[in-house]
Amino acid sequence: MIPISNYLFLSTALMTIGVLGVLTRRNMVIILMSVELILNAVNINLVAFSHYWGTVHGQTFAIFIIADAAAEVAVGLGLLIALFRNKEVVNADQIELLKW
Amino acid sequence: MDFLNLIWLIPLYPLAGSVLMLFIGRKLEHGHKNNVIGTICAGLVGVAFVHAIGAVVQLVSAPGHFFEKPLYTWVAGLQFHMANGALSRFTADFGYMLDPLSAVMVLVVTGVGFLIHVYSIGYMAHDHGFYRFFGYLNLFMFNMLTLVLASNYVLMFVGWEGVGLCSYLLIGFYFQKKSATDAGKKAFVVNRIGDAAFIIGMFYIFATFGTVNFHHVTEAARNGDLGYGSFVATMITMMLFIGATGKSAQIPLYVWLPDAMEGPTPVSALIHAATMVTAGVYMVARSNALFQLAPDTMHVVAAIGAATAIFAASIGLVQTDIKRVLAYSTVSQLGYMFLACGVGAFWVGIFHVQTHAFFKALLFLGSGSVIHALSGEQDMRKMGALANKIPWTFRFMAAAWIAIAGIPPLAGFFSKDEILWQAFNNEWNGKILWLVGFITAGMTAFYMSRLMFLTFFGKSRVDHEVEHHIHESPMVMLAPLGVLAVLSVVGGWWKSPLEHWLEPVFEHVKSVPATAVEAAGSMEYVLMGLSIGVALAGIFLARYFFLSNPAASERLAANWPGLHRLLLNKYYVDEVYSAVFVDGPVMGKQLGSALSAFDATVVDGGVNGAGWFARGTSSISILWDSWIVDGAVRAVGFVTKLLSFPMRMIQTGFVQNYALAIVGGVLLLGYYLLK
Repeated sequence: MIPISNYLFLSTALMTIGVLGVLTRRNMVIILMSVELILNAVNINLVAFSHYWGTVHGQTFAIFIIADAAAEVAVGLGLLIALFRNKEVVNADQIELLKW
Repeated sequence: MDFLNLIWLIPLYPLAGSVLMLFIGRKLEHGHKNNVIGTICAGLVGVAFVHAIGAVVQLVSAPGHFFEKPLYTWVAGLQFHMANGALSRFTADFGYMLDPLSAVMVLVVTGVGFLIHVYSIGYMAHDHGFYRFFGYLNLFMFNMLTLVLASNYVLMFVGWEGVGLCSYLLIGFYFQKKSATDAGKKAFVVNRIGDAAFIIGMFYIFATFGTVNFHHVTEAARNGDLGYGSFVATMITMMLFIGATGKSAQIPLYVWLPDAMEGPTPVSALIHAATMVTAGVYMVARSNALFQLAPDTMHVVAAIGAATAIFAASIGLVQTDIKRVLAYSTVSQLGYMFLACGVGAFWVGIFHVQTHAFFKALLFLGSGSVIHALSGEQDMRKMGALANKIPWTFRFMAAAWIAIAGIPPLAGFFSKDEILWQAFNNEWNGKILWLVGFITAGMTAFYMSRLMFLTFFGKSRVDHEVEHHIHESPMVMLAPLGVLAVLSVVGGWWKSPLEHWLEPVFEHVKSVPATAVEAAGSMEYVLMGLSIGVALAGIFLARYFFLSNPAASERLAANWPGLHRLLLNKYYVDEVYSAVFVDGPVMGKQLGSALSAFDATVVDGGVNGAGWFARGTSSISILWDSWIVDGAVRAVGFVTKLLSFPMRMIQTGFVQNYALAIVGGVLLLGYYLLK
């Protein structure tokens, strides 16, 4: 059998890349992609443990998350396109009106 | 209508008239509605008179002939220690009382007052300030009635002061004349001296008795709460008597009365003959229980009364102004009243008040009629032979003349003779007092006859222009004269009923030893005969000097120039008073200026200083409020702003910074959860 720690390392690595991507990247589409990456990392984690415990709960939850991620991307892209229509910006650091 | 229970209305009728004059008087006068003013003011006094009659009639059927009605408590319950150490409460009520004494007084005041008001409608018709005159006159009636109807010393003193004020206002009625305003000031100031003594007496009374109510004080004195001849009794009564000398013009405070003739003649008649000056006699009579317990004061009262009587009569002998003669006559007759009180015959003093009110008011009003006929002439040297020209005035004044001379059966004889008889029987110097009164009676007859002869008889010495305008007074002036003439004739016939009526007021106080001396009854008739004789002698002597042989009086004056000058200048008393009290080093102007300077600098300075101090402390308070209190409030805002500055910086607007914060928070949370 493959030890569970391998799966956990994988999901941690994916999670880290995703978080760094959200924090660091300027292009808003790339940020959205990084958020997807975080969600997929969580999915891998859930499925790994589902296999480990031999139950089906983790997989069920993973399917919920996939559906949820899809909806979120739709909304996120909608926001992005609305923003672009008004401001012609694609970089996150160009939206900074709500500041002190 | 229950006159007795509504007795407090009696002073209010004339007060209403006075207030009315205050508000609409000037408009009425400028609208030529003098008859309205006269009707209102005289009518209100008439109403008061009717009410008084009703009240007295009801009093006759009241138990013990006594009625008291406190309206409300004015000064209530100040606790204090009485002279004998007991704890007591001082109350002074707005209370009215009617007993036989005040019944006599109220009838005289309202009756004679009403007649004089009617007379004034005619006399003052051509004067400016007609409404002002009636306003003041009504105000005077209000104060006099308060004085007479009061149930305690304090309310009586209110009326006492009020009549002094009205006297000042009315004497100085012709205020454009300096002599008139000076006379008004003099009257008020001299009166005030007496009032100071009255107040001290009042204080002493309530320190001794714990009350100022007449009824209670009299009861307490009769029950022996005050020792006979004690120092307390003597002091109280002396103070009260000094107050009476001020109001009733006795030695030494009589000097204001002759000057008071500056006022219009009805004022002289009402205030300075019939009513105000009798307030002192009334007050002494009201306090008779106290006076009976102070024989020393009684001696002083009798002595001063007799001395004033003869002193004033002697001055009246040579005066040339018709009103001055009557003024000194008033002072002299007041002396008789005090003589009566001083020998213990209080009811006789009140009887003489009543008869004197009738004939003296008549004399004053009659002289006013003469002055009116002569277009303002008051000097008797410029009168004469007026009897045929103003016959009714002459006839009525003649009635008063015979009455004051003391010829029976007119009123003056009964009262004056009774005074002389009571004085004769007095155990302290009775014969001397009688002698003084006797001589004064002769002088009274003499100077009154002199007045009548100079004015109405003999050759006419009237100025030519004036002679053409001599006319009899209108009916509105003659009718009151007529009524008073009738009263002067019959006013003495009720002597015995009056004595009986006044008996309960002047009960003999138990602790006073009864006087043993009472000369034989036949002596009374001898004295009566002597009185009539001296009166007739006075009349005939005057007839000789001023009618048959006018040159004789001038020769007499020439032969005794010093005495004549002394009498003419009123014994120089005014000059002496002026030198001692006005210009004098100790009591005069310097003291007054020094005191007023003290008042202006020290007292006012203190008051101003208090204000300045208040302002100073308030500015400090302002500083505290605006800097410290407001500063604290502002500091709170400042600190908030200070703290918020760095906190603001967190909100950068970059979403990724917020995401970083979230991640940081999760890491921290994870660390602490897994620790």
